[in-house]
Amino acid sequence: MLKYLIPLALFLVLVVFLAIGLTRNPQELPSALIDKPAPTFRLPQLKQPDKTFSAEDMRGKVWMLNVWASWCVACRDEHPFLFEYQKSGAVPIYGLNYKDRPEDALGWLGELGDPYLLSAVDLDGRVAIDYGVYGAPESYIIDKTGTIRLKHVGPVMPDVWDKKILPLVQELNRQ
Amino acid sequence: MTRSRLLALLLLLLLPSFAAMAQVQTEDQPSDDPLIEQRLAKLSHELRCLQCQNQTLADSPSDLAADLRREIRAQMKAGKSDQEIIAFLTQRYGQFILYRPRVSPLTYLLWFGPFVLLLGGLVILFRYIKQRRDQITEQPLSAEDRRRAEEMLTSSRKESA
Repeated sequence: MLKYLIPLALFLVLVVFLAIGLTRNPQELPSALIDKPAPTFRLPQLKQPDKTFSAEDMRGKVWMLNVWASWCVACRDEHPFLFEYQKSGAVPIYGLNYKDRPEDALGWLGELGDPYLLSAVDLDGRVAIDYGVYGAPESYIIDKTGTIRLKHVGPVMPDVWDKKILPLVQELNRQ
Repeated sequence: MTRSRLLALLLLLLLPSFAAMAQVQTEDQPSDDPLIEQRLAKLSHELRCLQCQNQTLADSPSDLAADLRREIRAQMKAGKSDQEIIAFLTQRYGQFILYRPRVSPLTYLLWFGPFVLLLGGLVILFRYIKQRRDQITEQPLSAEDRRRAEEMLTSSRKESA
């Protein structure tokens, strides 16, 4: 009896591992920047190119940096929800416009609305490299000390917001 | 499938390529220093493109790969060593960017797991063989058996004769 049960048990263990493997998203990589200081940058603002925006400006605040582009298809899925998140006042959301022509980016915001407090322009993607961006949209939660606490790859849909982001920013704001 | 549906599907398939076109293109010009190009060619074969994941930075046509090649060229020009550039990239993208993962406590299972399995398999195999060998007991022929065998042999010899 044992002769048959052992291979069966091994097979079942294998099935469980493979089944777990199937549910995971291989595109989602563990970020190397969690609990590391958010890379500094100073970039021109999209709507007021004569002004700049820097991660340093946000010291003492919990904030969200959302990497987006007009050419990014998944950003469209996320876009309507960003208004709701911004309106909830849970965390201020700033945009990083990634490798986008400013005229395209402004056209996109004009057409769909602008949920961001402001967007910084990363024309050549240099700052995105510092943040380890490998696909838009990506979102970062940065705490009061300027430390990256969470990175989410892909659109921030309501379930991600409710389960991952909202509890974290509430906790970080209490600190 | 109706013709309009087919058309819609085709358009949908083409969508990502249109989208990619609208991205700001990076100039992916080879450096005029042949030494830098040589180093880049060697280094970028060791690095993974994070967008396509199964291609190296050297082979990938993606924009991110082009950006990273540009970044590597710039850093080489600034006199950074290969080690420094790899450290720069792993700080940002994690060890996943390395095609050959480093040996660290995190990757012990990856590096040594197969050998542990091999060793385990050998142990099981040897124990099985030993167990089988123990099951076989030598049974020398008794005088009676010998006499019977002799009898059978002589009778069969007579028959064939």
